[in-house]
Amino acid sequence: MSSDVLLEVKGLKKYFRVRGSLFKKVRAVDGVDLYIRRGETLGVVGESGCGKTTLGRLVLRLIDPTSGRIFFENMDITKLKGRKLREYWRHAQMVFQDPHTSLNPKMTIASILLEPIRQHKLEVGDEEEFLTKQMELVGLGREHLYRYPHELSGGQKQRVAILRAIITRPKFVVLDEPTSSLDVSVQAQILELLKDLQRKLSLTYMFISHDIAVVKYMSTRMAVMYLGKIVEVGLSDDLFEKPYHPYTRFLLSAVPIPDPKVARSRQRLVIQGEPPSPINPPPGCRFHTRCPFVMDVCKKMEPPLVEVEGGRQVACWLFAKR
Amino acid sequence: MVKQYSLEEGVLLKVEDLVVKFYTYAGVVHAVSGVSFYVKEGETIALVGETGCGKTVTTRAITRLIESPGRIESGVALFRRRDGSIVDLLRVDEDVLRKIRGDEIAYVFQDPTSALDPLYTIGFHIYETMKAHRPAITKKVAFKKAIELLRQVLIPSPETRVKNYPHEMSGGMRQRSVIAISLSNLPRLLIADEPTTNLDVTIQAQILDLLKRLQVENKIGMILITHNLGIVAENADRVYIMYAGKIVEEGVTEQIFYNPQHPYTKLLLRAVPDPTKRVEKLEAIPGTIPSLIDPPPGCKFHPRCPFATEKCTREEPPFFNVEPQHRAACWLLERR
Repeated sequence: MSSDVLLEVKGLKKYFRVRGSLFKKVRAVDGVDLYIRRGETLGVVGESGCGKTTLGRLVLRLIDPTSGRIFFENMDITKLKGRKLREYWRHAQMVFQDPHTSLNPKMTIASILLEPIRQHKLEVGDEEEFLTKQMELVGLGREHLYRYPHELSGGQKQRVAILRAIITRPKFVVLDEPTSSLDVSVQAQILELLKDLQRKLSLTYMFISHDIAVVKYMSTRMAVMYLGKIVEVGLSDDLFEKPYHPYTRFLLSAVPIPDPKVARSRQRLVIQGEPPSPINPPPGCRFHTRCPFVMDVCKKMEPPLVEVEGGRQVACWLFAKR
Repeated sequence: MVKQYSLEEGVLLKVEDLVVKFYTYAGVVHAVSGVSFYVKEGETIALVGETGCGKTVTTRAITRLIESPGRIESGVALFRRRDGSIVDLLRVDEDVLRKIRGDEIAYVFQDPTSALDPLYTIGFHIYETMKAHRPAITKKVAFKKAIELLRQVLIPSPETRVKNYPHEMSGGMRQRSVIAISLSNLPRLLIADEPTTNLDVTIQAQILDLLKRLQVENKIGMILITHNLGIVAENADRVYIMYAGKIVEEGVTEQIFYNPQHPYTKLLLRAVPDPTKRVEKLEAIPGTIPSLIDPPPGCKFHPRCPFATEKCTREEPPFFNVEPQHRAACWLLERR
């Protein structure tokens, strides 16, 4: 592994037990290999239930993987426990989708922000002075410090949630749908703030969202997930311009384009139906039940994720050598 | 005495100077302050705006679905009925309005889960909707029609799905069922309030394509409420941009996207990433939406507007025409 890789996962799996059944399992993440380079943003897109949020929680060790390994700065963190795990969390943090529920309504903004500082026993000198400085980083002021979350707008709350994540100066932040509950004008503010913080604090992001336009704007590389697996990874601009995997093509052609001429002239790849259940995914390639280019091999064997051109990997028999 | 109304040829609905206020303990919320728009037969208009701009209240007020403490203060909503007569929806008798609602004007709301009754099957929902307007219909006939409708909205194996309860379906399928219910009486006007907001893009694309097809086939006028400019670009014929209870700009979709005039429209268009272009920086609109209890004087956008002048803080701008069908309410256009 080269030294510019910050995080790498190999064969990562997470199965959840289905309540009321001994054998049924939801294969939320089912064998994912990926890496994230220092300073880049890896976007993860896919439809609901594809396992993107589970993947984000796994790499942060918020939940334990069923199998597979996770490396952070070349260190195997799959089995970390206790103090060592907390030490990892100083370097790897998360921002959740809904700031209304991720901030404790009974705590003031100041106490919310001091919690990670106390947890990691960091020396900050005068707390108020420190917090005021930190608040400026996310465009808030001292006057917000002693307010409660309900006194802030949605955008301000998300700024606080972001600040809480970066206040220990982590190297890596998982952003799970950070702007999905915000209005477009506020969304733009938050996205610009995240980019700005990434530059200033040399952060590495994993940006999870179902909004492909936003992910493409934010990310260096993009991974497309379908039913617990990565079907395609590549540089975001290239991937959007020339998707290989039939599912990626289908997914991208469904993204609404805010330009009437482009929107009305492009051809939409139509695939009916919805993804099958992750409890009992189809054998072979998981997309074969809906794929317009399905071949015999797709029904029997799972396609490997192989490199088709510089930096682009695709898991599809159309591009794999058999 | 019945008052005679008139509507221009081909116009299905014309709303003028609609004002809706909510009398809350915190104060009077000026939710909609003087909104005017029209919908032609078979046309799709989009009402675009952010949370709390009044787009939902506007469409709910059309059929007087405003509950206390809300009140429709003034305005006119002329609607051309199936039989050709024209009524003012804001003044017509409640029993006439009840005949129009669900029959000639149908709604599709954002959340399909709360729009469906968990105790009844999808087929029963459709039967109920038909029965309300055609008492003679039998359950058998209605269920047969229900299967046909479910097939139209691309629900696989409609014969079994018609007997499903809402919880037995996925979100996308529920929303398609709601659309089937709304179409059960072939409405003349369909009001779709964020019909795809909670759905995945692939399902969203299917549903929007479906709505468009059904609308063209049946010449249904549609009001599409959304904050997603991509959906607007793809589906709307004309666009109304709303801000703080007012329409700030209106025009044909291409006019709005390629020649926006109001600063809010301009900023809004630059705030959303276009995945087909390599965007360097998004334009963030500074500040937040104003409180509608105590809205700013003058132009409601002036506290966030980069071009605000002293006049904007005092006087509310009227509409200025830009090109045919295209107008915007901004003082910057005054001297043209």
